[in-house]
Order: sequence, then structure tokens, then C-alpha cells
Amino acid sequence: MADINEPVDVLIIGGGASGAAVAWSLAETKMRIVCLEQGDWIKNEDFPSTGRDWEARQFGDFAISPNRRKLAADYPINEDDSPIKVANFNGVGGGTILYAGHFPRFHPSDFRVKTLDGVADDWPIDYATLEPFFELNDKMTGVAALEGDPAYPPKPAVMPPLPLGRSGEVIGEAMNKLGWHWWPSDAAINTQEYEGRAPCINLGHCGSGCAQGAKATTDGTYWPEAIRARVEVRHRCRVRRIETNEDDMATGAFYVDPDGVERFQPAEIVIVACNGIGTPRLLLNSASERFPDGLCNSSGMLGKNLMFHPYSQVRGHVDEKLEGYMGPRIGTWSMQFYETDPERDFKRGYCYQFSRGYGPVATAVNGMADGIIPWGAGHHDAFGRMFDHSLGMLAICEDLPEEINRVTIDPDLCDSDGIPAPKITYRLSENSKRMLEHSVARGKEILQAAGARDITSKTIFPAAGWHLMGTARMGTDPKTSVVNEWGRSHDVRNLFIVDGSVFVTSGGVNPTSTIQAIALYVADQIKNRIYELFD
Amino acid sequence: MTDMTPKTTDRFSAEQREVMRLVAGAIIPADPARDMPGADDPAILDDILASAGRDADDLALALDLLGASDGALTDVAEGSVLAKFRQAQPALAAVLSLVIAQCYYRDTRVLIAVGMEPRPPFPKGYPMDQGDWSLLDPVRARGPIYRAATDEGTPT
Ligand SMILES: Cc1cc2nc3c(=O)[nH]c(=O)nc-3n(C[C@H](O)[C@H](O)[C@H](O)COP(=O)(O)OP(=O)(O)OC[C@H]3O[C@@H](n4cnc5c(N)ncnc54)[C@H](O)[C@@H]3O)c2cc1C
Repeated sequence: MADINEPVDVLIIGGGASGAAVAWSLAETKMRIVCLEQGDWIKNEDFPSTGRDWEARQFGDFAISPNRRKLAADYPINEDDSPIKVANFNGVGGGTILYAGHFPRFHPSDFRVKTLDGVADDWPIDYATLEPFFELNDKMTGVAALEGDPAYPPKPAVMPPLPLGRSGEVIGEAMNKLGWHWWPSDAAINTQEYEGRAPCINLGHCGSGCAQGAKATTDGTYWPEAIRARVEVRHRCRVRRIETNEDDMATGAFYVDPDGVERFQPAEIVIVACNGIGTPRLLLNSASERFPDGLCNSSGMLGKNLMFHPYSQVRGHVDEKLEGYMGPRIGTWSMQFYETDPERDFKRGYCYQFSRGYGPVATAVNGMADGIIPWGAGHHDAFGRMFDHSLGMLAICEDLPEEINRVTIDPDLCDSDGIPAPKITYRLSENSKRMLEHSVARGKEILQAAGARDITSKTIFPAAGWHLMGTARMGTDPKTSVVNEWGRSHDVRNLFIVDGSVFVTSGGVNPTSTIQAIALYVADQIKNRIYELFD
Repeated sequence: MTDMTPKTTDRFSAEQREVMRLVAGAIIPADPARDMPGADDPAILDDILASAGRDADDLALALDLLGASDGALTDVAEGSVLAKFRQAQPALAAVLSLVIAQCYYRDTRVLIAVGMEPRPPFPKGYPMDQGDWSLLDPVRARGPIYRAATDEGTPT
């Protein structure tokens, strides 16, 4: 028997990017709000860049793969049937702890792909619906940007952009030669002190957590504000299942507390924010007699349409010395190939995220893997030509939804609390393959225009499963979608989903800005509809 | 603050350590001209064996396959043994590269030789140039490129 807690008005499950945003927005209602998060709070001083082993730890306790990290907060994922492997972080702040802070919004066209390009589905909401929430999220996050990007409708910058650095100039010069779009990236990284958070000091290790606290992670942005407004975050609490009653309403959730005690948290409203893998896992694990195929799954769409963003990578080396391992990993982007072009053999498109060099360990490890730094004689010469001379890009390709790409429950695998673990099944579409090839070919042209040598490429970058979308899609038709156009489950009228699983399509940019804008929008809908919320 | 992962030194037998020494020195040899030790330098080797972490089992397997279990490998200096191993066992070869490089490239002597200050990035950080913002002028001049989907604007 589980211990039963005091009831709350709102139970949020998952304390990452979206869970934090929705909690903060709802806090002003003065409802009693509790968030259950399976991971810990991470202290800035525990991040790798505070120690001499800063690079090694990105392969250890700060590895991006939960299957490699295997920390207490992590759950295993069977990804044998997927060429792309999941990357995440389980803790207060969720994926933002490790993210690069590349912070593009979706473009207007992303919400209308069926109308514009005849693929997938249009969203039930559009850019204009989300625009005020993008802006609010930019302010809460503290987005560094340069106004006037021709690839977007006008949008304000909260603070000045990240420095270009020499590598940004080299890329910019190359893009100008080719006549292609590039622009400083919107970045969730402080370029000046903002809301008590320090400015970036170019530690260069954003992807393993920011010891300076300059990168906007939700444990430092939304959560402190939400907690001040009396939201309670209970960390190291892993939710096993959501319970419902005979009226098909959620009554709360069973979870395992930090002492391993099974508890039940009763709630009037349940909001799920466990990400594109964790959310379908939890809802599938919440199957019951009333909901035999999983909670919120009358459409059969729960767990289906998993989208990742296939990534390609192209890197090269120039003769002059660049800033190497110093500075934020991100800096500039290009939206040149973002929109569908009938001349190409694929629909939709991709953006480039240009990046700087690596630290010495990553330079050596990548160089040896790519065959440009040999084992044995010649190692030091080759290392010297690569280290501090490297630059390159990732292409973030739009992934179109397909039902065969999915999250299910693995029949054998469980986490440390015995909760069944997810299995992902994913294959690259022909459209994605053609887009990836295009992105590699253009990427090489960019680096050649930059005068680069020792160019290497990966047409698919397997480790890049860090954007998790589509597995509880939004829509107006309960037969083909899991939540309605304001995030409420079609089947369980007091259950909301606010993370990347509600995405109808993936766009071709990093999703977190859009995920958080949606979370704020759903919170706003809850507030505005409070008297008819369950109708 | 450093990784709290337990040290793995005791995980390896004397034979495995000896093979590790030979392999490390062959993969990253010393370079006296640059004042760089080899990865078989005793301090670096100790660090490699202590810090294999999540790769300890794979590393042990690699070392066994390279001859630690039957004592066959005594000299890898001419490199052909390693070249064959790399071709036959690419995943284990990647483990060798990682466990060696992650310790070699944090040794104070090595960092100084490659031009780095031997310190963690935090708290001092690094300076960075702003760069030339006028490079964006041609991009601005070409005008909007986004695709209007409803009433968000006029472009393409
Ligand atoms: C290495 C890396 C780099 C990235 N770079 C970028 C980038 O530059 N730009 C960008 O836009 N995005 C980036 N991302 C992606 C970004 O982190 C995610 O899009 C974002 O965090 C997703 O938000 P979310 O709220 O959907 O889920 P998350 O932030 O993943 O939060 C989900 C939370 O739910 C918790 N949870 C799950 N199941 C349970 C349960 N059963 N009980 C209790 N708690 C549970 C998890 O522990 C987690 O903290 C990156 C991600 C990674 C890993």
C-alpha cells in the first residue's frame, strides 16, 4: 500500500524545460502546485569545468546518453532499433542542464507544412498564437540575440548577441562569398548579467553544464521564481503511474520517494512534462482496465510519430589559429536551406548550427576516430594541425512524423525502481536521407569557401537524439491526436501535456524555445479557462 | 570538483597493465622535440588505469585481445599489431583512443606543450573577440527570406 499525501491542486510531473515554465506561469493563481522530478538539483560547482578532468567527465557522469551515464536518476532506454540514440538529462532543469543553449524559435511555416508543402499535418495553432509566449519565454530565459534576422519575422532581443569570435568571422566570410544567409544565433546564454545570473566567461563547456550559471537552465531561471511563489519541487521522486477514477478523470500519481517509499499524490489537475520519451513511457505504463492501451491513447497515437531531427556534421580545419575550446559552443546559424525548394529532391529543410573548436581530448578522440590524427608516429604533428584550427557545423534536419517511429514499453527492461523502461523504434525516411546528403554537400562547400582542409563529415550523427518530439501529438480530432489544441488530453479532461511530445511536426530547428512557448501557452489557457477547464 | 566515479586501477591484472603500457606508448609516443611525454609515462599510465570508469570492462577486453591474457604481446612498437586490432575491433579501438586521450591531454606537461594553461576553465574563463559585425551587412541587404504562412508578414 502506498502512503497518501495531502491533495494538491496541480501536480506537474517532470521538472525540465517545460515543467518549470508551466509551474512558473501557474504560480500566480495561488493554487497549490507540486512538481515531482526523478532527478536531483545540480550545483554549479559540481559541473565538469570546475576540475582538471573537465573533458573526461563529458564521457562519464555528464555523458549525454542515459544508457552510458546510468546514474540513479536515469532510466534505461532500449534503442537497439534506432540509428539515432537518445540524449537527455534527468534532473531539475531536465535537458537544459546539458543543452547548448541554441535557442531558435520555430518559423511561421513550420506550423503549416500540409498547406504549404503537402506533407504531414498543419498544427492546430500557429506562430501568431505562440508569439507572445515566445517573447515572454525569451525574457524569462534571457535570450542573447541580434535583432533584424531576415530569416524571421521581427522579434526583440533581450541582450546583445554572443561574440562572433574569429571562427564566426571565418564562417561569415565564407557564407558571404556564397551569398548565403547566416546570422548570430539566438542563445540562451547571458552576454551580460541578467536577473542575478552572471555573464558568460567563455568556459567553452556549455554541453556539460555551465559552472558560471550563464547558460539559462530552468533550475536557475523559472524554478527559483516559481519556488518563491510557493510552488514545491520534490526531487528524486519518480512517478510510476497516473491513476484515474470512474469518470475518466486523473486522481493523482503513484511515485517512489527518495527513501524508496511508494506514495500517492492526489491532485485536481495533472500536467505531464517528462519529454518526448518519458511522457509516452509514463502514460503507457499508466494503462488500466479503463484505459487498456495506455492513458490518453484512445487514438492509438500515444508513443507514435517520434521525431528526433536527424543531424549531419561537417567539420574542417583552417591554417590560422581560432578560439578553439574557448567560448560558447554555438555562435551563428544559417536558415539558407530552411524552406522547401521545388528544385530539391526533398520536402522541407534544415538549419545549420555553426560551432567552434574542441578541447584537446575531444580534438584527439574525434581526430583519431575520423582518421585524421593517427595512432603512433605522426600523432603530434597531426594534433598540432587540428587543435585550435577546427570549426564546423551541424545540420538540424526537419524530421517528418511517421507512425512507425515510436516509443513502446520494453517487455524486459526496467529502471532501478522496477518501472518498465521505454523502447524506441525509428528509421530514417528517404526524405531525411536526401536532406542529410544535401546538408553535407552544402556544408563542405561552406568549409571549402572558408579555405578549410582535413574536412570530415558524418551524414548521420548517431549520438544526436537530443530533440524528442511528436509522441503525444496535438490536434483537434480525438481520433488522430492525443491532446487538443490547448494541451488537454482528449480522453482525460484534467490531464495536460506540455513537453515536446505534443509537437505535430518537428521544424528544422532546436525545439526548446518552442516547447517552452507551448508550455506557457497551455498554462495561459488553463488560467483563462479555469471555470470550464474540464468541460 | 572531480568525477566521483570509483578508481579502476585494481580492475586490471599485471599483464593487462603491461599491455596497456605498451599500447599507450605506441598510440601516443613521446616527442622530446616538443617536450611531450608519451602516454606510457608512469604518471599518465596510472591515471589511465585509474580513470577507465565506464569503459573499464571494454578496456580489459581490448587488452586481453591484444595479448594480455596469453602473454603473446610483448612488443607493439612496430605498430602492425595495433593496425590489425583497429581494423578488427573498431569499437574497442575507440575505447583505447578515449581512455588514453582523456588522461594524456590533461597532463600538465602536455597541456603546456600544446599551448594551454594547465587549469580548469572555471573560474577564470577565457577572453573572446567580438568579431567584425559589419560582415552581416550583405545578409541584411538581401532582405527577408522567411516564408509567411498566414499573416505574419510579406516575405517569400
Ligand atoms: C546534450 C544536449 C544538447 C541540447 N542542445 C539543445 C539546444 O542547443 N537547443 C535546444 O533547443 N535544445 C537542446 N537540447 C534539447 C533540450 O534539452 C530539450 O528540448 C528540452 O530540455 C526538452 O524539454 P522537456 O520539458 O520536453 O523535457 P526535459 O527537459 O527532458 O524534462 C523532462 C524531465 O522529466 C523528468 N521525468 C521523466 N520521467 C519522469 C518520471 N516518471 N517521474 C519524475 N520525473 C520524470 C526527467 O528527469 C526530466 O528532468 C539538448 C539536449 C541535450 C541532451
